[in-house]
Amino acid sequence: MSLNIIVLAKQVPDTRNVGKDAMKEDGTINRAALPAIFNPEDLNALEQALRLKETHPGTTVTMLTMGLPRAAEVIREAIYRGADGGIVLTDRALGGADTLATSYSLAQAVKKFGKVDLILGGRQAIDGDTAQVGPQIAEKLGIPQVTYAEEILGVENGRITVKRRLEHGVEKVVAPLPCVVTVNGSAAECRPRNAKRVMKYKRALSTSEAAKLDEAAAALYAAKPELNIAEWSAAFVEADPEQIGLAGSPTKVKAIENVVFTAKESRKLENNDAQIEELVKELIANHTIG
Amino acid sequence: MADKNNLIVYCEFDEGRIADVSLELLTKGRVLANRLGVKLEAIAIGDKLDGVEDQVFPYGVDTLYKVADERLFPYTSNPHAAILIKLFREIEPQVCLMGATCIGRDLGPRVSSCLHSGLTADCTALEIGDHKDPKTGKEYTDLLYQIRPAFGGNIVATIVNPDCRPQMATVREGVMKKEIFDENHKGEIIELDAKKYVDDTDFVVEIIDRHIEKSKVNIKNSPIIVAGGYGVGSKENFQLLFDLANTLGGEVGASRAAVDAGFIEHERQIGQTGVTVRPKLYIACGISGQIQHIAGMQESSIIISINNDPNAPINTIADYVITGDMEEVVPKLIKYYKKNSK
Repeated sequence: MSLNIIVLAKQVPDTRNVGKDAMKEDGTINRAALPAIFNPEDLNALEQALRLKETHPGTTVTMLTMGLPRAAEVIREAIYRGADGGIVLTDRALGGADTLATSYSLAQAVKKFGKVDLILGGRQAIDGDTAQVGPQIAEKLGIPQVTYAEEILGVENGRITVKRRLEHGVEKVVAPLPCVVTVNGSAAECRPRNAKRVMKYKRALSTSEAAKLDEAAAALYAAKPELNIAEWSAAFVEADPEQIGLAGSPTKVKAIENVVFTAKESRKLENNDAQIEELVKELIANHTIG
Repeated sequence: MADKNNLIVYCEFDEGRIADVSLELLTKGRVLANRLGVKLEAIAIGDKLDGVEDQVFPYGVDTLYKVADERLFPYTSNPHAAILIKLFREIEPQVCLMGATCIGRDLGPRVSSCLHSGLTADCTALEIGDHKDPKTGKEYTDLLYQIRPAFGGNIVATIVNPDCRPQMATVREGVMKKEIFDENHKGEIIELDAKKYVDDTDFVVEIIDRHIEKSKVNIKNSPIIVAGGYGVGSKENFQLLFDLANTLGGEVGASRAAVDAGFIEHERQIGQTGVTVRPKLYIACGISGQIQHIAGMQESSIIISINNDPNAPINTIADYVITGDMEEVVPKLIKYYKKNSK
């Protein structure tokens, strides 16, 4: 049985490698100093999709991302690794969305695809760590969800078997298709880029990227529709303006504070034997250790 | 049906007992409910719920909703979500708190999506306060402030849900303190008929195998924690931390950066998206101290920071700062502990 699979991916600032220049003097975030990367767990989800593509001939894996136009970069990356293509849902009206408005927008986009068997995504994105968008999309589409997936064990007769990795153990569950499955970072790592695919798709461009091509390149691009990464607007996915972006977000950021710790009076010690022995003796004497 | 506009805590189970995280939320919920002048409610959904009230009433629960059906344990998403959605439409709670566990983080979003209420994940503090919308100037009183580190822990954000109810938040285990409100406190029990709240068609996901393994790592209750960060540099160097922890009778923890770098398993991660700890001694090795990490260990009694960088942020909350290479300092700690302890 061939499957129509959508993989949700997000381009995120690499919050794991925040350097000293990541914050501006005024305490706001210097986004320019943070590299934009493929959300790590979305890569784990992509790998699960590509495995199903191998075991279920005729399966298509289509990426869906919401973000700035430059998020086409993650679609390209996924295509290099084996995805068939992708869509960037991009629109200024979508900006400032919380998880609920985001999941509404993405669910609207999923509806545009027609028949979908499986929606995969990472458990959570590293810029928010909420893990909310997957289940919320499932609810909006009225389909089941399987979160914390570590491995898709199989798809048979319209049912998917999934191994979940939870705090205190493992669960195997069977869910009917279509459903949403969110994948943990403990799942298999995503395969690397395939050199042939990189050659073939290096000119895979979004519509707005292609608009910057010169005439000759534009003609070549136009002749190869498989290179097009489509951009969908909020209107195209028939999103209700009241339910997207800042307006559609029930949660509001009231305040953002730069973190200031209440400093303690620290005792500074040198890395020498005498001072460290002194510290150890003190900790033993006051029964902290020993 | 009971009155409306109260604060409700979704209680989950751990080996047949109400999970610690739920009791911690009841403790916090009691304080918030008092501040709001409303009742503290709890909901328990499962197969056998006899005597559950004895576990939650001492935490100050005024109303306990019980929904029992053999199909409701183990947890699956849709049935539990269906119950909360229907019940919340009836009793319209103003606040709903859940553990930021595999269950709460699966259930919360599904419920919030259906009710179009806001949900904030992994809060590290909850308070009640007022809010003025900067655009419309509309004023709100007594909103739930959902406070959490954001953006990789570089900032702390206060989130509010001005217009939608319930205001939902998840909190990780160990973040709030668990405290008996009154041993003799008694509340009301309301048994709900499961069949009225959940449809047969909600039981779509079937659990075919379940294997519970208690975590081998128990950093939460360890009195001494030796934690390593990205600055430890390698998996091999983490062995030094294990040596020190074994010598002192403690456990090894880690920052997210060390876990992400593959130096150590996720189970040992301390911080907002890991475990919150309050040991009597916390030795931070090569940890710079992002707020997400500090949120999970700042209540340690004594903090020692070992770092090459004399200006590492964690040093500001440390009682002792040893500026130096952890590869040199840790063996010295081991050596002098062995020499001086009897």
